[in-house]
Amino acid sequence: MVIEIDNLKKSFKDVKAVDDISFKVKKGELFSFLGVNGAGKSTTINIISGVLNKDSGKVKVCGYDIDEKVNEIKSKIGIVFQNSVLDKKLSVYDNLKYRANLYGIFGTAFKFRLEELSELLDIKDILKRQLGKLSGGQKRRIDIARALIHKPELLILDEPTTGLDPKTRITVWSIVEKLRKEDGLTVFLTTHYMEEASDSDYVVIIDAGKIVAEGTPHGLKNEFASDFIKFYNHREEAEKYFSSLGYSIKNERDFTEIELKGTAETTKFFKEKPNIFEDFEVLKGNMDNVFLKVTGKNLQGG
Amino acid sequence: MLECKKMISLISRNTKCYFKNKFTFFTSLITPLILFVLFATFLKNIYIESFESIAAEFEITIGKRALNGVTGAWLMSSILSVSSVTVAFCSNIIMVEDKMNASINDINVSPIKRTTVAVSYFISNFFVTFIVIVTIMLIGHIYLACVGWYIPVSDVFMILFDCICGILFGTLLAGIVESFISSQGGISAVSTLVSSMYGFICGAYMPFSQFSEGLRNFLGLLPGTYGVGIMRNHYMNGYIDEIVKGATDPTVADNLSKGLKDGFDANLYVFGNRIPLGAMYGILLGSCAVLLAVYIVIIILRNKNKK
Repeated sequence: MVIEIDNLKKSFKDVKAVDDISFKVKKGELFSFLGVNGAGKSTTINIISGVLNKDSGKVKVCGYDIDEKVNEIKSKIGIVFQNSVLDKKLSVYDNLKYRANLYGIFGTAFKFRLEELSELLDIKDILKRQLGKLSGGQKRRIDIARALIHKPELLILDEPTTGLDPKTRITVWSIVEKLRKEDGLTVFLTTHYMEEASDSDYVVIIDAGKIVAEGTPHGLKNEFASDFIKFYNHREEAEKYFSSLGYSIKNERDFTEIELKGTAETTKFFKEKPNIFEDFEVLKGNMDNVFLKVTGKNLQGG
Repeated sequence: MLECKKMISLISRNTKCYFKNKFTFFTSLITPLILFVLFATFLKNIYIESFESIAAEFEITIGKRALNGVTGAWLMSSILSVSSVTVAFCSNIIMVEDKMNASINDINVSPIKRTTVAVSYFISNFFVTFIVIVTIMLIGHIYLACVGWYIPVSDVFMILFDCICGILFGTLLAGIVESFISSQGGISAVSTLVSSMYGFICGAYMPFSQFSEGLRNFLGLLPGTYGVGIMRNHYMNGYIDEIVKGATDPTVADNLSKGLKDGFDANLYVFGNRIPLGAMYGILLGSCAVLLAVYIVIIILRNKNKK
């Protein structure tokens, strides 16, 4: 296990930011930690990364207990923050050099690592440029380079694609995927984009400091999300049939949508009323539906 | 040893960030620039008249080089003693900016002690302020060399030492005050307040001797006052010695010297008592020791509360 958290608690005065949560993150996994702003995600990340003290509970990262070996843990973690926190007035090279120095990486060791990252992230041409003058996508690549400068085992991505254009988001994810495949990097992700969470190996949803649901995306969808059938013809017949059975119906310009309780129901209705199933599609519920169901809130993307 | 290397790297980073930000650098120089403009436009003539009137009471005429030099020296003592604090407050903005844009979180997730980070801010602020002050001093000394140089070599070294004492005081004060600030509004307010107020409090624009007795006594309770006092002594002693050479009677020379020192703050009086130079150093360095203790306590408490 890369992360083991047991009964973690953290309060700020009367506010329980993290209220007795427990979860585990396996090595090489893409782990999504979802919640609205103020749900307790950042507090948990700050505790895991050794920035914040916990009130109680156990936190182990890469086999080290945070109460005993916080610096060893810090050496194993790389974090990409939601907003770039590097020095905008300095060059990319200086930024990476000064951050590498904080991990005890100096001189030729730094230059060697920089060479590796330049290749991986395609940043060789912008090393001498001032960070503040780079585009959003270029800055994000530098943020990732900074997080990887000390070869971490765990990469924490705190809403890494919020505010980025679709092309840059794809670039960021292709880099992360490459790192996972080639280096076996474990990724701990918080995101507002549910399609990103759908690709995770495991998802934990936190609300008001408590874990309200967890599992694989597939399992969560099966457990919490409804399936939908969209009828593109025989709409009136379908509406009549399903309303008589008490189902929720939504009429749109091109189709009539029926919300089902589970995938198995589709087969049953297909057998019972085959004549209305001519032009239709069955959609599985997505992570947005799961999130809405378990928290009663929408997770708005940036 | 590794922690020391990390600290040196952070000091280098903080220093580079400061000098790369031209706006911050310019803001730091506002106080010396204001003083210089005031001097060039009207303060110089006022000082010249004051020096001449004091000398005239003893029927002494001051030579042109000594007169221009002593007014310039008085200006330099004002600029350096005030800038030691105001520049320190402005250059410490790196620490506040790191809090504002969350760079401090990025530093804190690295395996570096928070104490090392705090000390690196202090040292880089001291270093940056020292560079700025020494640059101003060199420019000022070139000016003094042109208009009239009567400062003994020993006093030049003492001026440098005085600068170091003033910078130490300013850096510690800035470190403490700004450790409680984490917003742009806060840092702007503090920088503006310090830049505009400190010059008056320290008698940079007007000698203490022209203030009311009550205000003089109050200012005598502020340690920064003595930072100005020591600087006045080492800048003006050589010039006053040159001026009193014109007096043949030793008693007249002594009285003239005292008159000039009293009138231009080389002698400081608090509740009617003259504060000796040694005591001025004692008060200033003692204040630094107290500020250092407070700074350490703040660092320890912050470490305890967060990690």
